[in-house]
Amino acid sequence: MTDLTRLTLAAARDGLAKKDFTSGELTGAYVSAIEAASTLNTYITVTADKAREMARASDERIAKGDAGALEGIPLGIKDLFCTKDVLTTAASHILDGFVPPYESSVTQNLWNDGAVMLGKLNNDEFAMGSSNETSFYGPVINPWRRKGSDSKLVPGGSSGGSSSAVAARLCLGATATDTGGSIRQPASFTGTVGIKPTYGRCSRWGVVAFASSLDQAGPITRDVRDAAILLRSMAGYDEKDSTSVDRAVPDYEASLGQSVKGLRVGIPKEYRVEGMPSEIEALWARGIDWLKAAGAEIVEVSLPHTKYALPSYYIIAPAEASSNLARYDGVRYGLRVAGKDITDLYERTRAEGFGAEVRRRVLIGTYVLSAGYYDAYYVKAQQVRALIARDFTQAFEKVDVLLTPTAPSAAFGIGEKTADPLSMYLNDVFTVPVNLAGLPGISIPAGLSGEGLPLGLQLIGRAFDEETLFRAAHAIEQAADFTAEPEAWWRA
Amino acid sequence: MSVDQNTVRRIARLARIAVTQEELAPLAGELSGILAWVEQLNGLDTTGVEPMTSAVAMSLKSREDVITSGNLQAEVTRNAPLSEDGFFVVPKVVE
Amino acid sequence: MREPRKEDLIEGATGPWEIVLGLEVHAQVASKAKLFSGASTEFGAEPNTQVSFVDAAMPGMLPVINWYCVEQAVRTGLGLKAQINLRSVFDRKNYFYPDLPQGYQISQFKYPVVGEGVIVIDLPGQRSVSVGIERLHLEQDAGKSLHDQDPSNSFVDLNRSGVALMEIVSRPDMRSAEEAQAYVRKLRTILRYLGTCDGNMDEGSLRADVNVSVRRIGAELGTRCEIKNVNSIRFIGQAIEYEARRQIDVLEDGGVITQETRLFDPRAGETRSMRSKEEAHDYRYFPDPDLLPLVLTQNQVDAIAASLPELPDEKKARFISAYGLSPYDATVLVAERAPADFYEAVAKGRDPKLAANWVTGDFFAALAREGFTIETSPVSAEALGQLIDLIVDGTISGRIAKQVFEKMFKDGRDPAKIVEEEGLRQVTDLSAIEASIDAVIAANPDKAAQAKDKPNLAGWFVGQVMKTTSGKANPQVVNEILLRKLGISSAG
Ligand SMILES: [Mg+2]
Ligand SMILES: [Zn+2]
Repeated sequence: MTDLTRLTLAAARDGLAKKDFTSGELTGAYVSAIEAASTLNTYITVTADKAREMARASDERIAKGDAGALEGIPLGIKDLFCTKDVLTTAASHILDGFVPPYESSVTQNLWNDGAVMLGKLNNDEFAMGSSNETSFYGPVINPWRRKGSDSKLVPGGSSGGSSSAVAARLCLGATATDTGGSIRQPASFTGTVGIKPTYGRCSRWGVVAFASSLDQAGPITRDVRDAAILLRSMAGYDEKDSTSVDRAVPDYEASLGQSVKGLRVGIPKEYRVEGMPSEIEALWARGIDWLKAAGAEIVEVSLPHTKYALPSYYIIAPAEASSNLARYDGVRYGLRVAGKDITDLYERTRAEGFGAEVRRRVLIGTYVLSAGYYDAYYVKAQQVRALIARDFTQAFEKVDVLLTPTAPSAAFGIGEKTADPLSMYLNDVFTVPVNLAGLPGISIPAGLSGEGLPLGLQLIGRAFDEETLFRAAHAIEQAADFTAEPEAWWRA
Repeated sequence: MSVDQNTVRRIARLARIAVTQEELAPLAGELSGILAWVEQLNGLDTTGVEPMTSAVAMSLKSREDVITSGNLQAEVTRNAPLSEDGFFVVPKVVE
Repeated sequence: MREPRKEDLIEGATGPWEIVLGLEVHAQVASKAKLFSGASTEFGAEPNTQVSFVDAAMPGMLPVINWYCVEQAVRTGLGLKAQINLRSVFDRKNYFYPDLPQGYQISQFKYPVVGEGVIVIDLPGQRSVSVGIERLHLEQDAGKSLHDQDPSNSFVDLNRSGVALMEIVSRPDMRSAEEAQAYVRKLRTILRYLGTCDGNMDEGSLRADVNVSVRRIGAELGTRCEIKNVNSIRFIGQAIEYEARRQIDVLEDGGVITQETRLFDPRAGETRSMRSKEEAHDYRYFPDPDLLPLVLTQNQVDAIAASLPELPDEKKARFISAYGLSPYDATVLVAERAPADFYEAVAKGRDPKLAANWVTGDFFAALAREGFTIETSPVSAEALGQLIDLIVDGTISGRIAKQVFEKMFKDGRDPAKIVEEEGLRQVTDLSAIEASIDAVIAANPDKAAQAKDKPNLAGWFVGQVMKTTSGKANPQVVNEILLRKLGISSAG
């Protein structure tokens, strides 16, 4: 039998339906691959027994002819999603030993469709980071390496476990979350596809919160079709989330292959940032050419407040996080460090339980909300956010999608940017505005850097117009014909 | 806004995060750097702009007055570092 | 501004002082489920059994508002003649405390659902005072910590965590403990009329934070201290008296009042400082990003307004104008909805004043004496009405009626039946009455002789006749015949 891990999710789905192989076999292949790839540190928890059990149940359902949309498909779950009776850590020391008595809505949707859980994927602690170096469980390693180099690179963040596992074929697809680029940037760094849908498309219930008004779940997959399949299962209205939107979920897969002829593609001029590497410029130009060749109309647009997106994000996200993370206090779950009184217990528990980046953001967030500073920082940032959203609304009067690079660089080395938080924050310059406006964005691998590392292009769409994104993304995917793969150097 | 060590201490206290004496100076530096950077927003006139309240247009969801949850004492307390007789237990709080 | 009343002033060593009082009342919404979760609000359950994962602030849990609670807040606002804000916002009030699992309380800070209103309080001597309502907002209750179970630990029960409260904030419009107590009584009456809060202070459904300050007559407001969570009307009075005296003593000794939160200890009868000054609170309020603004339509508000019952003030006015009751009787009758309804049932088609005398007199006295309420009363409104009918149509005298009433109250029998079975029918047979009178006169010739000069003696004769007829003679008839026979002019 061929290596089952080489199949895409769509191909595996079809193979299972045709009974070419069983979910047990497919799942077994992934469990073995995971065991051989511990170097990459992608999984915090591997649930091999549970996976085999779920696969067995899937095979029974397939035999009985009542297979779900994801029947028997082995997936990795970012460790930000609470999974019933399975350790859930958010990659933080403070959630030591936390075993949720409930299942997140998004993962429940997947299990309802027959998917199989391989385990819990590593990420930046509480999803705060752009390189997956802030995890309490250690950094995740990118399977990609620079040409002729064996130095270790980051897989992007915060969904670095997801992107790395998908790229290294340690799962057929993965759940991820995106607060400022945490799905798209790691997808770009690993040659995978990642979509952050419209805010409100996927339920946030049972997903450990970072910044509530920005957090959104989405998939990371091998290709655009897989993303369409997986998102359809993850998405949906949830009455347990007040910010979930009650709208039918379309069959995204049906959008693939539809022509982009006449599609108006906007190129925001403000995304030509100073100091952007020329190979990113060139990649972007190639993307424009591909869509033009496919019959799309290219229109230059302006998003004048783009440069204010990052600073307003770094007020809003830490502010919300400082409050969201107040519940980690050592009383009801997770780590407790004893103290001489309750305040001392809180302070020690949170000092030891949170890593440096989380502490930094909680402090920033606390500061900007504190008496006398609230208007100058938080209100100001929300005003700027309104202007950024308005920029997009105006642009979408002229165009149907926007095309931009996903990140200003290819994957960088472990430890290269950890000393300077600000240089790390700049990674999200192209992705953050999309979260602020609540819009959908997708990253598609579009080429290799001079050093042989994958680079992604980002498409941004109107709210709830993921279908147009998938259609355009598929056109880029076809034109880019990105077939490069990392060498399997990590295999034990 | 430059943040001094006393401010770091006050903010850390509000956030209930213990900070050692040695951490104060570097933290003050980092926070000052980040705050100085976000203050580029001050270059933008936002007079009269309504602050954003929701990422996408939608209305507030609500529930009916129906009991849908309860009798979960074991599940609610099972992750607690310390619990007794169904209570969470913490060091004595004096009022 | 109100002229201070002499009797409200407190005499200090250096002259008179005026007390200024404002109240923040927390009224628990009479709902089955909590404000943002589906757990029960029932009082007195086993610890942590009425706690959902939302109430325990488990990671990833989200609030969804109970619409019934919103309606009750609006209903209460309308009952307080207050402004209803069609758009309000839920904010997070951030602070750490073991019984506050989220690390924040969801409350309404900047934009409450109800704005300015007024409560008119009734005081002895026909005095009434208007107390301004500043606002009413919805918020979550906290859990409960038990401190005296163990020498070194506190025990946390989250059953109350997340229960819906209406915080009703008054203006500093009260000038004496008596007024503050009348305010709480009146507010409780209104809440109970509306059915939005059961007003049960023993179970903590109604608690008051009392803001106390003192000043010289005509001076600016003094610094206030807030006495937290006083849970009985009696304690409110004691706490105010103590606190005002304490503040005056401090000021007269040349000290200053520091704004602080204090606790009333009912055993010691004194207030004590609760939190040390260095713990200055900075609640870092900001709009809860898990919730959207609370938007009501005018139609929704109008529908609630249309369903409001007649409120005590209107009812009282109607009782005075339609039934000719004294303000005192009217006030007593409308203090609760049940006695007012009972009274109206008794008064229907009868002499309203006679009905009021019976309800507020013998009936209320019997209820109080025997420990019954309107709901458990053995005498129904219908039966009491029948008793009054028997008096009016001359079947029994008022004196016999009192006996009949006591029998009714004892065994629940019908008044007509009691009169029949016990032969209590009034004697209206003139010859029988005349015979009794003649017998009494004949037995007391001296007194009969004096009666011409001392008409007051007629009363004594009436008493004697009633005695010999066991009270069954019609006293009016007895009186008339006696006057004639004794030769007293009936004009006398
Ligand atoms: Mg208050
Ligand atoms: Zn309150």
